[in-house]
Amino acid sequence: MQVELRDPNIIMKLSRLGSFHQSKLSFLRSFLKEFKNWEYRKDLFDLNELGYGTAIYSLRKEKRVYSLICFANELNENERSDRVIATKWDAAFTLYDGIPSKKDIERLKFEVPKQEIGRLSYKELTLSRANKSIRAFNHVVESLSDGKQPDVKFLSKVGYLYRTTAVYGSGKFGLADRFRIKNREEIYGPFRLEMMLVYLVRQFTFDQVNHIAKFKNPKKSTKLNDDISRNLGIGNSTGLGMAPFIVNHPTLLNNWILARENALKNIREIKNVKKEDMELFKNCFKKSIKNITSWNTDSEYQKKKINSLLNDLNKFNKFIENDFNSSEYYLFNKIYLWIEKNLGEECIEYIVSLMMEPYDNIINPLTTQMSSEEEKYFNIPTHRTVEDLKKILEEKYSEMLKIDFSKKENNQNFWFISKNKEEPRLANRFEEKGGDLEQPLAIARDIKKLYETLSTSKNSSTIDKFLVNNNHLRHVVRRAFITEKFPYSEIQDNTISNTIVPIDMLRLKLSFFGAIKFDPRSDKWLRISMFQGAPLPNELKKYNDQWIYNSLN
Amino acid sequence: MKSLSEIETTSKRASKAVGYSWGVSEEVGKNIRMLEMFGLPGIKNLIEYYNIKKEKKFENLKLVNKENKIKTYQFCPIISGMSFLDQIRSLESLGEIKFEKLGYPLLFLPFVSRASEIIGKRLMFKLDENQFLLNFNISIFSNLLKKDIIDIANLASISFLENSDSFSEKEWNQLYKISEETFVKESESLKKGAAGAGLTDND
Repeated sequence: MQVELRDPNIIMKLSRLGSFHQSKLSFLRSFLKEFKNWEYRKDLFDLNELGYGTAIYSLRKEKRVYSLICFANELNENERSDRVIATKWDAAFTLYDGIPSKKDIERLKFEVPKQEIGRLSYKELTLSRANKSIRAFNHVVESLSDGKQPDVKFLSKVGYLYRTTAVYGSGKFGLADRFRIKNREEIYGPFRLEMMLVYLVRQFTFDQVNHIAKFKNPKKSTKLNDDISRNLGIGNSTGLGMAPFIVNHPTLLNNWILARENALKNIREIKNVKKEDMELFKNCFKKSIKNITSWNTDSEYQKKKINSLLNDLNKFNKFIENDFNSSEYYLFNKIYLWIEKNLGEECIEYIVSLMMEPYDNIINPLTTQMSSEEEKYFNIPTHRTVEDLKKILEEKYSEMLKIDFSKKENNQNFWFISKNKEEPRLANRFEEKGGDLEQPLAIARDIKKLYETLSTSKNSSTIDKFLVNNNHLRHVVRRAFITEKFPYSEIQDNTISNTIVPIDMLRLKLSFFGAIKFDPRSDKWLRISMFQGAPLPNELKKYNDQWIYNSLN
Repeated sequence: MKSLSEIETTSKRASKAVGYSWGVSEEVGKNIRMLEMFGLPGIKNLIEYYNIKKEKKFENLKLVNKENKIKTYQFCPIISGMSFLDQIRSLESLGEIKFEKLGYPLLFLPFVSRASEIIGKRLMFKLDENQFLLNFNISIFSNLLKKDIIDIANLASISFLENSDSFSEKEWNQLYKISEETFVKESESLKKGAAGAGLTDND
């Protein structure tokens, strides 16, 4: 039986993309799998009694070494901010390519804590900073120094000791360009080094809290229990900075979504689903519900989504327990057809993620196909005709072409780069200044303009001739030809309408990272947790691949 | 040291700021990245050009011909280069393309390099006394040494080099003969068991 890939016109809608959940394809899970046989070391731990100083952790295999360098600094209460405009943090980190020399450490001690205004070199791969969750961190220090383990219930509400507020890579602030390292097999999957940084930072937070507790009360203190540590992740506050990324990297976006769609297609095409595979799926489904019931948020938007997800999960549970005949062929196809008919988007994508759990043989090869050589598709095929391009627009952008941009509500917002922090922002063009400096992220509007201009051009004319007088549309001409080859490269929605929910764009990217417990703090930023439930570094060689569903929270 | 990613992003934004469209600015970003990667002074030439452009007019050459002449101004290297790249397939048959008074011609160079990849031919780009051999957008050979900024090429030309060997048939045969030393002579019994043996081709 041949199953068709799902229709990009449905899957690439923002409401659907904003319903994606972590899966076996997620980068933090594929990172752990790739690095499970690497040697983990704590190379340096030079903190004072208050926990300030330098620490270095490494992952090593044969001659390759990646070292996380941590700088923990004192921070006044009034200086702590998760916003991107902050200039000081509780700790700052960089992932170094190799073993840093003393000279490197001295240089980085000066630059890394400055973050965006510091200068890194080609020897550094990623850069980040993080703030303590003061409530959680202090509670753990107090408990441990008193010889007790912290209150698990209290900790589960937070989920981490530190929150990162940005993780930079790929040449930012002088960091190594991707071309320098892209041929290393261990980092074929996207964001592998960003994931490594976050994972090692998590271990630093445990070591730091144990260290402070010990100095606070050397006689009575105890260490944080491994089970509790394992169920703490690293938090992250994420704003609009992430949103343009998925518009600016169309082939990469395609490869992420295509991997997911191919996974689903291959799983639906399995004729004889083995009993143990179905059991693993059901087991993950049941265990995963704990991750939903412990999902805390004050956001009404997210609360609604969680409630609807829980209702749908109950429906699905009844279906799978009472109405599902597991002796038939193509069981996962039957499940998929049922969920598509009976459940909402959030739950459909939740179940799709769970379906991947039994199938390493399908998922593992796909994880290596999620990067992209974007340069290859940059040149515009100018020998093609106006007719070709019009056809592409009619086929690939049919929904966008229906939007009336003369209506204020469809043209309400504009994306710009903030002068203060060089970060992307979204504003109402009728209320704020700066619309003339709009970033090229209004794809639907510009595609429609392109279509209207093409409609008054001669069909047989070639694109080189068309561009002679229409270079203002060059960016969307390029995109359209990319979309022709890459069906999942374009968000099929209007990114400047008054109904845009930017956190849907963030959620899409974060789900591929492997984040859970999305906690929107407004429609423009959210908090998440990463690596909650993940094995500790000294457990990497032997861990349960379904760790994400084994959380105690 | 600035990363290539920073160079590309900043060049793109600066190009938008001086008035090019986003699509054109994307091209400039990629081009400056390429020049800097090949060790050529892309940033220096771009900033000088953008500074001069505030005071001086440059002509946008939109349709490239065999001979491209201009009376008063200089050609804008960015729009002229992009036109050359876009129209490369129809220009190939012209053999040699000439430009008089091409402003800041190093900014034109990456378009020629990319065109070389598109048509699968080496291109020779001459700027007065300086020469550049563009090899399929993989490498650039040049006699340009030290000079940081070239503000004008009074005469620039691009020649399409036919795909031909750089060696004689005799030289090739000599090399091939040496390579034969790695071959093993087959015995009669091995010949009998080789692919297709024992069958007629008409079966």
